[in-house]
Amino acid sequence: MKLIFRPYSKTSFGLSLGLTVFYLSLLVIIPLSALFFKSATLGVSGLWEVFSENRIQQALYLSFGAGGVAAVINLFVGFLFAWVLVRYDFPGKKILDSLVDLPFTLPTAVAGIALTTIYAPNGFIGKYLTPYGIKIAYTPIGIVIALVFIGFPFVVRTVQPILEDLPKELEESAYCLGASRFQTFTKVILPELIPSLLAGTSMAFARGIGEYGSVVFISGNLPGKTEILPLLIVTKLEQYEYAKATGIAVLMLVLSFTIMFGINYLQNRASRRLG
Amino acid sequence: MKAKSNHSILRSIAKGIGALALISIFSFSAFAEDTLLNVSFDPTRELYEEINKKFVESWKKKSGKDLTIQQSHGGSGKQARAVIDGLEADVVTLALAYDIDSIVSNSGSVSKDWEKAFPNHSTPYYSTIVFLVRKGNPKAIKDWDDVVKPGIGVITPNPKTSGGARWNYLAAWGFAKKQYKTEEKAIEFVKNLYKNTSVLDTGARGSTTTFVQRGIGDVLLAWENEAELALSESRKANGGVAQFEVVYPSTSILAETPVAIVEKVAAKKGTTEVAKAYLDFLYTKEGQEIIAKHFFRPNDAAILKANVAKFPKLQLFDVRTIEGSWAAAHKKHFADGGLFDSIYGEAKK
Repeated sequence: MKLIFRPYSKTSFGLSLGLTVFYLSLLVIIPLSALFFKSATLGVSGLWEVFSENRIQQALYLSFGAGGVAAVINLFVGFLFAWVLVRYDFPGKKILDSLVDLPFTLPTAVAGIALTTIYAPNGFIGKYLTPYGIKIAYTPIGIVIALVFIGFPFVVRTVQPILEDLPKELEESAYCLGASRFQTFTKVILPELIPSLLAGTSMAFARGIGEYGSVVFISGNLPGKTEILPLLIVTKLEQYEYAKATGIAVLMLVLSFTIMFGINYLQNRASRRLG
Repeated sequence: MKAKSNHSILRSIAKGIGALALISIFSFSAFAEDTLLNVSFDPTRELYEEINKKFVESWKKKSGKDLTIQQSHGGSGKQARAVIDGLEADVVTLALAYDIDSIVSNSGSVSKDWEKAFPNHSTPYYSTIVFLVRKGNPKAIKDWDDVVKPGIGVITPNPKTSGGARWNYLAAWGFAKKQYKTEEKAIEFVKNLYKNTSVLDTGARGSTTTFVQRGIGDVLLAWENEAELALSESRKANGGVAQFEVVYPSTSILAETPVAIVEKVAAKKGTTEVAKAYLDFLYTKEGQEIIAKHFFRPNDAAILKANVAKFPKLQLFDVRTIEGSWAAAHKKHFADGGLFDSIYGEAKK
């Protein structure tokens, strides 16, 4: 133990750890355990009833499915953004760079309304798609678009610094040793980036599952078709069924924690392999 | 080293608790006797702005005291939940009796017989559900029967999340029950209604946006005052010519929007008297006129008659006569596994 503390022992580890634990319990641990206690009032059979409800299962597939698809799209889109922002200089780069953060700062409801306005059948883009029978707003596609919007800064902002720190010499030596461009990319650059790509994608995924504000506007909220899990929580609250609402929340929490844990494991293994 | 760090954790926790205690002491001093908080639902925002202004004046005349009235608006159920969770409302003016009933059963801060505290089931104004259709009424929607015809796009919010949507649902249900007599036929009717929906917004205002701004659907089931508001907005935006028309069905529901004093909070804050005077004010001539101005139907027969152009006569039925009580209606239709769940489940399969 001592070995770990020593390098920073002059900077009062005790006080800062104390504050960290205190705030973490005040903001995260105590509220989350309250969640579990509240849902525990349902009992095992009550919880099972919540999970086996048809509407909840369908919303579960939709939330995790759309969240997953959006996360994969974000993986590529976010990577492309980071790549362009780091590797090239062009006029307006600073502005583009700051625009990436917009989904973080914008109230998500505003994003939802704006996206719905554009993609609704009479909207700016929607009206050109409707004649071909393509519907975006009020379908799962709309949900995916909203989730891509709110999620892509996560990938950009986690990959960007790693890409910036990548020494130029790595690529140069690969080139000198006769690697093609494609080989340099897949064998030299990509392995370095995989841990941060995974981290960013998993954050975008996590954010997507729980997203409410932007999705309720564009989804149309049809039970069994475009109804997301967070909406069901609100529905239960609206009926004063606090325990059932927290039951769904616990289900989401456990599932996302399991997935996050899995991704973290993969990420660790990926970075360890690099040594 | 380890012992020292443990000690620091305790010390820092103690510091944090001290800070919290300080904050809470400051917030206690915020109480004052001359403020009133009215927790209400969404469409009444403009109405209460005017009511409050007038009431503050008349209260000043009567008692010589200054009064500030604070307003809080949101979805009716959400507002009720905030009161249950401790939002210190002196009065609640909500969209359905069921929401006040649930404050009674979940927190007990409103007395059980609140409905008898003021005239007319404690409802100073009411509304009803009407249809908003596109200009010229291209689909010729005249009554409830036309709404359920195949191919008609219906916009209504989700009864699970919206108080207004529950009124829409019960209006259709009441019509079908009267028209077709049997329960099976009524279920069939409501099923057809929801077959025609392609968007279920979470609240009444959201549905209005979907219909008006997004141009989706042929008919919007809406509160009378919400429909009138959409009309006047559309007139403003299009140089005096509205893009919509209001259609009054042959019969609709009596949508009672009740009020109540939150006794426990009022007693604690010493505002019981002014809270009662405030709600009484809604029943006065002056109050009723403001209410009519904002498209809610006033109780006062004379004022209603004077505004007959605004409020065409139509047959209204009470939810109590079709389902007995709000609690019974809720349990039968909107609770989990209730009729709405089964209707929707099948309608979409």
